[in-house]
Amino acid sequence: MEDVPVVELVAKSPCAGLLPMTVGEVTLSEVDLGVLTSVAPFKGQRKAASEALKEAHGMALPAPNRATGREQARAIWFGRDMALLAGPLPDTSLTRTAALTDQSDAWACVTLAGRPAEDVLARLVPVDMRAAHFKRGHTVRTQIMHMNGSITRIGAESFLILAFRAMAATLVHDLKQAMEGVAARG
Amino acid sequence: MRVDDKGLIDRSRPVRFQFDTIGYSGFEGDTVASALLANGQRLMGRSFKYHRPRGVLTAGSEEPNALVTVGRGAAQEPNVRATVQEIHSGLDVRSQNAWPSLKTDVMSLNDLAWPFLGAGFYYKTFMWPKAFWEKLYEPVIRRAAGLGALSGRHNRDKYERAYAFCDLLIIGAGPAGLMAALVAGRAGVDVLVVDEDRVMGGRLNAETYVIDAEPGSAWAAAVVAELQGMANVRLMTRTTVTGAYDQGTYAALERVSSHLPERADGAPLETFWRIVARRAILASGALERPVAFADNDRPGIMMAGAVRAYLNRWGVAPGQRVAVFGNNDDAHRTATDLVEAGVEVAGLIDSRPGAQVTGTGFPVYTSSVVAGSTGRHGLTGIAVQGPNGHHRVEADCLAMSGGWNPTVHLTCHMNGRPTWREDIAGFVPTPGSVPGLVAAGACNGDFSTAACLAAGSAAAKAVVKDLGGKTTRVSLPDAEDKAYQIAPLWAVPGKGRAWLDFQNDVTVKDVKQAATENFRSVEHMKRYTTQGMATDQGKNSNVAALAVLADATGRAIPETGTTTFRPPYTPVSIAAMGAGAQGAGFAPQRYTTSHAVSVEMGAPMIEAGLWYRPGYFPRKGETTWRQACDREVEYVREAVGVCDVSTLGKIDIQGPDAAAFLDFVYTNTFSTLKVGRVRYGLMLREDGHVMDDGTTARLGEQHFVMTTTTAAAGNVMRHLEFVHQVLRPEFDVRFTSVTEQWAQFAVAGPRSRELLNDILDAPIDKDSWPFMACGETSVAGIAGRLFRISFSGEHAYEVALPSRYGESLFRLLVKRAESLSGGAYGMEALNVLRIEKGHITHAEIHGRTTAFDIGFARMISTKKDCIGKTMAAREGMVDPMRERLVGLKPVGPVKQLTAGAHVFERGAAAIRENDRGYVTSVAFSPTLGHSIGLAFVRGGPERLGDVMRVVDHLRDIETDVEICAPVFVDPDGGRTRG
Repeated sequence: MEDVPVVELVAKSPCAGLLPMTVGEVTLSEVDLGVLTSVAPFKGQRKAASEALKEAHGMALPAPNRATGREQARAIWFGRDMALLAGPLPDTSLTRTAALTDQSDAWACVTLAGRPAEDVLARLVPVDMRAAHFKRGHTVRTQIMHMNGSITRIGAESFLILAFRAMAATLVHDLKQAMEGVAARG
Repeated sequence: MRVDDKGLIDRSRPVRFQFDTIGYSGFEGDTVASALLANGQRLMGRSFKYHRPRGVLTAGSEEPNALVTVGRGAAQEPNVRATVQEIHSGLDVRSQNAWPSLKTDVMSLNDLAWPFLGAGFYYKTFMWPKAFWEKLYEPVIRRAAGLGALSGRHNRDKYERAYAFCDLLIIGAGPAGLMAALVAGRAGVDVLVVDEDRVMGGRLNAETYVIDAEPGSAWAAAVVAELQGMANVRLMTRTTVTGAYDQGTYAALERVSSHLPERADGAPLETFWRIVARRAILASGALERPVAFADNDRPGIMMAGAVRAYLNRWGVAPGQRVAVFGNNDDAHRTATDLVEAGVEVAGLIDSRPGAQVTGTGFPVYTSSVVAGSTGRHGLTGIAVQGPNGHHRVEADCLAMSGGWNPTVHLTCHMNGRPTWREDIAGFVPTPGSVPGLVAAGACNGDFSTAACLAAGSAAAKAVVKDLGGKTTRVSLPDAEDKAYQIAPLWAVPGKGRAWLDFQNDVTVKDVKQAATENFRSVEHMKRYTTQGMATDQGKNSNVAALAVLADATGRAIPETGTTTFRPPYTPVSIAAMGAGAQGAGFAPQRYTTSHAVSVEMGAPMIEAGLWYRPGYFPRKGETTWRQACDREVEYVREAVGVCDVSTLGKIDIQGPDAAAFLDFVYTNTFSTLKVGRVRYGLMLREDGHVMDDGTTARLGEQHFVMTTTTAAAGNVMRHLEFVHQVLRPEFDVRFTSVTEQWAQFAVAGPRSRELLNDILDAPIDKDSWPFMACGETSVAGIAGRLFRISFSGEHAYEVALPSRYGESLFRLLVKRAESLSGGAYGMEALNVLRIEKGHITHAEIHGRTTAFDIGFARMISTKKDCIGKTMAAREGMVDPMRERLVGLKPVGPVKQLTAGAHVFERGAAAIRENDRGYVTSVAFSPTLGHSIGLAFVRGGPERLGDVMRVVDHLRDIETDVEICAPVFVDPDGGRTRG
């Protein structure tokens, strides 16, 4: 056996080399959510799919603009008739009632945390992100500057933001601009 | 000059700044206008057309005269209102529209030519010769007229956009707005108060009103302090609400840093807000209007309310001997305030015969008007015309008031028209003009302080109730409640020019001229005279102008009507509206996982939609892109090439009806496709034209992956959603984009299998992976997918792994390809390869071509329906004489082909009438050694072998070509299947 090169692949995260970053009181960090799976119940199977999800992973299918579960295993409403299961490898029982699609590598996942995180988002997102309206467990598919994304409140001062993986650099750029604008106001 | 013990400025903090390179001193709290007036500088600008010397007219954002340029270099900002710009140390302000200097302006010669420069002058004078307008007249006129200019250089100032939400938006923080905020705030409502000034209080800061036995400004400050302590109330100063839009959306411009000497890192100059409010209270106050009389535009002539504002707010007496002229009781306050402050009042002139004047210490002229003025660069005297004839009054400042116009603008932004109120001789908002918005206070015609406070309170109470809340008892403070007495006076008759629109130099005479020439509609008059069309939008002149028009046309004011108030209320820089879109913020940048490696390899990037794709990978010694491209084509034809194709859209489709769904969206059949196989599909729009094409793989009985072109990925996704949600909701099918999930690479060429077998965990062969096979694979233990498909016409595969491994896989594939005498190839080579093979892209399926045109008519299955089938079968869509796809090869001495060139018969003139088609794609084929092209030619396939002319009129190239089949390399597909 001579000269047979070993095939090796190295994984690279979407925001590698770009994050973490702190501007003022806000920190933007990349987060590994584990396995991401879109769960789209088949026709008439919403209830059954929700039960299967509860059985297998402990959370119901979220209603529109809501996220269920907790850290390590979350189901985030992801659009019409769809949730994103974030964390566990989906149980095969789910395939009976819903279309499952692996999206683990499709999204750049970041958290935005800090007291003025809402103010940062107010510069990019045309949705009322204030705690009184957008509570923990609320989620939205919306515009982030000029990108499509998903935002979920995961804490009093922290948000989970998902954007297309290929646009990770733009996501970081746009958030940085907004963070600087907020920090400059003190 | 300054008046002691007056004003809301901080005299312990002097500020130095420059105006036209001369140093001036003011105090913190001053605007450029107040500081210049304090220094006795009355001349601040030149007018637009006649270059008349002008001073400040107002003390607010409606200022038409005192426009200045702030800053120097790339960031210089023109047309800044001196009444709005706050001074700070180092502020560098320049006058505009004057040369060589403000005082000695050569273009003021225009003023002597005024008899020739009236309304309609341009239209009548510069009619001929026709070509001269664009080339001579307009450039010359534009140079002579005008305002400040941008630098023309890249401005690095940062601007910002932001969104805000509230239950109640209060626009304006004068007595009405503050009272409304207090009532709503105490009731716990989510309130946002927006005011354009640096301090809230509105007219309370400019007048000597007393509220609850304390100065009005102190009452305002106390209310603001209370509001600041409420968690449910947000206060925004230096912010102007500029527009009212659908569904409770308001635009607002915040001046964030323009008042600061030093800007923090990343701080924006301005922020453009979009505010969404469930309810809004408009408390925008009123704007005082001038009276038109001869030469009423001299520096030193200003609004009476502005004179009081400079005196009371900034402690500045705008003159040493001030005359006051008005048609209402409110103007009288000016004289009494001035006398109390120790400023000499030259006289109070009131046009009304029975005017009651209470103040003392100045001469009073009732039944009198100001009929003219003197003073070149500043007022020296006025001509008073009374019952006993003319006499001159010496004065260096005239405070005039023609009454107040409620600031109704925002209520008209959604097509509302204001209502005329005879008693105040002004327009007020028509209720319901903007859904969810009510007007309160002076903007609604309530002019006394007590009435404003009451109106603000009542409006807030109604909103609180409407929103389901409860108000606590808030008692109304005591305040003046003087009746507003006015008798309309728009223009003083007489000779000379009496200005209406100061900024655009429109006079009473111009408006009358318009009426004479039958521009009787107020909209026509506006456009003929340019009344109200300057940057101030005629805030203090529109009503007077239409009153003059009404008079000239013998109609009443309501009958004459107003012009349309449109957003923005005050000028908004485009930079603010488009904030964030400079440089990298212009559009999202979409990078493939191999991007960094491609850049490392020196590949220039080509934008494909939002994606960036490598054009080619240059090697040392290559001097042109063609050399690299030819080499890369050769890799694929002779050895093996590697190309990132992740940008193609990938849609995961699942469900019991997935196959039926595909049958419906594609022209050809997918339900018959076996699991583990791929099929090329063609998709039509509903109008029968080709929408997109691509391959779809069947991964399972109910599981497909569709591939779209890079450019149309979004469109196809939207189309599928439309088809599923609207046309065929009964289909049990689910789909989602997986474009980003997979890093996919084409491995193409005769040695492609050899390369793959070097890296795949399980080797493949001809039988296990024949042409158009697909399935699971793995590389270094990482599960992926392998498709045997080819866009190059060679034996080729596409291998896909989860994106996190994309960069690593690309490096590996390129390295292995290089060891097999191949390497990476970019978009240029990819394009050449597909043209050689006659494969279409959106250059061919550009939206106007049909399946018939591209030679794919037989791909529309006769056994089933599909989107676009019926429309594609229309007679004209299958006419053999349509422009249809063919190949081209040069046969004459000229060998060059260009895309976009048109096709003509040999011997026919290359004119539109003889057009026989056009070239869509061209390439130099290194495989064939000459240029090749794809074109749509009338009758296409029936012309094979014919020689035609291809003429590129833009590049001036003409080539004789032979019409041939569009597949140049391996027409029978032996290499692909190999």
